[in-house]
This record gives sequence, structure tokens and C-alpha cells, in this order.
Amino acid sequence: MTEALIEFPSARATGCPFAPPPDQRAVAAARPLSKARIWDGSTHWFVTGHAEQRAILSDPRVSMDEKRPGFPHQNLNMAQTTDHRPPTIFNTDAPEHTRFRRLMTPPFTVKRVAALRPGIQRYTDELIDAMLAGPKPTDLVDALALPLPTLMISEMLGVPYSDHEFFQLHAVVAVDRNATAEEGARSSAELGGYLAQLITERVETPGEGWVSDIAEKVRGGEVTVAEAAQMAVVLLIAGHETSANMIALGTLALLQNPEQLAVFRDSDDPRVTADAVEEMLRYLSIAQHGLRRIATEDIQIGGEVIRAGDGIIVPLPIANWDPQVFPVPERLDLHRQARAHHAFGFGIHQCVGQQLARAELQIVYSTLYRRVPTLALATELDQIEYKTDHFAYGVTALPVTW
Amino acid sequence: MKVSIDQSRCVAAGSCVAAAAAVFDQRDEDGIVVLLNASPPADLADDVRQAAAVCPALAITIED
Repeated sequence: MTEALIEFPSARATGCPFAPPPDQRAVAAARPLSKARIWDGSTHWFVTGHAEQRAILSDPRVSMDEKRPGFPHQNLNMAQTTDHRPPTIFNTDAPEHTRFRRLMTPPFTVKRVAALRPGIQRYTDELIDAMLAGPKPTDLVDALALPLPTLMISEMLGVPYSDHEFFQLHAVVAVDRNATAEEGARSSAELGGYLAQLITERVETPGEGWVSDIAEKVRGGEVTVAEAAQMAVVLLIAGHETSANMIALGTLALLQNPEQLAVFRDSDDPRVTADAVEEMLRYLSIAQHGLRRIATEDIQIGGEVIRAGDGIIVPLPIANWDPQVFPVPERLDLHRQARAHHAFGFGIHQCVGQQLARAELQIVYSTLYRRVPTLALATELDQIEYKTDHFAYGVTALPVTW
Repeated sequence: MKVSIDQSRCVAAGSCVAAAAAVFDQRDEDGIVVLLNASPPADLADDVRQAAAVCPALAITIED
């Protein structure tokens, strides 16, 4: 069999902002595994089939240790800074990973997230109130999509309300592509310093939220303040821009599909809303640049043998558009049963904050279109700028009116 | 239907609770799965199969 080789990442087709890149879909249609060449000229396995992604991402012979030679790094910066990065949930395997993961999971249980729902609803309503009271058109990213996840993470971490403004300011700058690298680094450092200080205070005087939970573990000697602060920054950054992108890009997709928007607007059934959010996650698949792994042993899969030491790239959007699992994947169908999607990844590294993300999206999608039934795009579709080079896909701004 | 779980594999994603809250729960301290009912009734069978299918850590085993 001749090997298919594509350059990765590749571009989406002009005029199809929601579809994964056509060359990636083409190799996926031919076979479940192919090869991709990345920025440094190296070639790695490119796992596109839904079943094969599931198998690879849950296989203990597949490692996330970025220090192994041959690891397919995201970019030059990531490759050059490997030795300076401390161990985190993003670059360790079990059992080291298990320790980090279990320190981060407590605030994201289904029960804890359910308790946050009234707060998510209140913040959503307040942000919409403020938007409707202000001038139009306005940018939905600034008005709702970015502030809501930041407010929720502040609350979940247990950041005092009086510090929300400081926290929000630096959280936005830390992930702002228009900020300089220095500005971004300064805001990340401000946040890290702030969170380390807050954790230290909570060791003495416990309060609410994850910061107090982790402070208790600092007191017990299970984790250092530096490790805890670093995990807090990860929670903030990872949960912030991703949810924001889903809100704004999702609204754009729904405005293009008004009969689907009506499902959120008109349904009072939480199961319908929950299923609809799974389909939004599948359809948009914002984690666009491929998960990176490396094999530690030979693995037989999809008629191929991945050798120990081979790099592996897993493009999640392609499995979410696998027509054998999701028929007519280019159709946004909110009544589809889409729960088997890989939007949050799969395996032991699957998104820690997924239940919070689901709750935010269920509440925002069903509240915004009900409260603002005349919501409309205030620009031409071809004027919208997309985050094509970011880890998480989205729109940089979404001008809307009503 | 017989259900078993492997807490050592669990990564606390919460997907099983979201799919079948009558059968699965999570420990408060770390979110690790707790089995509430190892022999769920037939009307929950589909939800339990769904829970096993979406578990990212393959920590749920079902015997029919």
C-alpha cells in the first residue's frame, strides 16, 4: 500500500469555516491511519479513524512524555522549552499523571458542577442585561463569550469577588493573540503570583473553592505551593478560551442554521439541550491541531504497526466527522446522538473541565437565543476572522445586533 | 446485567454519572467513580451501556 502523506496542520477550505480541512478528510476517507509531516520536517502517524483514535488514546503503550526523542512537538517553541517545563498533567503518564489529575478533579464532579448552575445562570443573565443596555452592534466575544467562563473559573477556584476585575483583566491578556509575547507572559506571571499568594493565605485561613481544597493538601505536605499555583493557572487558561470559543463560534454556526438555533430557543427539556450541546461539541471540534503522543512499544492497529518510538498525531475533528460514526457529518443536527464524539479527547488525558464546559454551554445557548430572539450577525460572513493558528479554533470577534 | 468498575483506572471525567446517575456516583474528595448498583434493572441498561461506551478510561465492564 502506498502511504498517504499530508502536511499538518493544513488549512480549512475557503467558505467552509466549520468543516475540518479537506485534505485531512480525504486521507481519512481512504484509510484510518496515514502519515503527516509537521513543522520540523519530521513524519508521524496520523490517526484519523474514530475507532482507531479511541484505541490509541486509551492505550497505556502510548505516552505523552514530550522528553522522549521523536516526540511530535506542536511547534519550535514547545520543542525548545521541553527541558524547562515542569511535570504537569499535560506531559506525564500514569502513575505520575494520576497524582496530578486527582488533585485537579474535585471541583469538576457532576455534583459540584450542578451546584454551580445557578451561578452560571445568574452571570449569563447579568452579562446579557449589560449587553442589551449598551450600544449595538456589539462584539459577543467581549460581551458574553469571554467574561462568562472567566467569572465561573474565578468562582470555582474561590477567587474573592473583590479580585475578579484584576483576575479577569490578566486572564484575558494571557490568552489574547493581539497582546505581545511580553504582555502575555507578564499577565501569566501576575496570575501565577496572585494564585500562589491566595493559596498561601488559604493554608492559614480556609475559604471556598478549589484553592482552599488544594491549600489543605499543601498543609498536609501532599503538594507544594508552586505546583498548586501552576495547576491553578492551567485550570484558568484551559477553561477560559475554549468555552469562549464554543460560545462565539457556536452562535455563528447557529445563526447560519436558524432551524437548529430554534432547538435551543424553544426546548424546555434538559435532555434535549444536553444532547444538542454534544452535537455542537462534535460539529465544531475546536481542539483543531491534533493531540501529540509517542509509542513506547510496538502497537498493531488498523492494519499497520506503530513501532516503539514512533510519533503519533491524533486530529480530533476528523474522528468527529467520521461518516461511519456520524452519518452526514457536515450537517449540524442537534437531535443527533453525538455523545461518542472526541471533542474533549479520549483516554486518561480527556478534558478535566468537561462537565463545567457542558453546563456553561447548555445554559448560555438556551438563555441567549431565548432572551435575544432577534439576535443577528452585524457583519458579512466573509469579514469574520478565525483563529486558524490557535490550538483552539474560534472567532476573534463576533459583531452582533438585535 | 452485571456492572463492575475499576477505580484505579478511573480519571474522574464524570461521564458515567452524566449518563446513568442511578448507577454511578463520584467520590467527593477526588471525583473517582463509585458503583451504586452492580445489578441495574433492565430499564437502565441502555444508559449503563452508554456510560461504559463514553468512559475515557475504559474503567466500566458490563456482563449481560
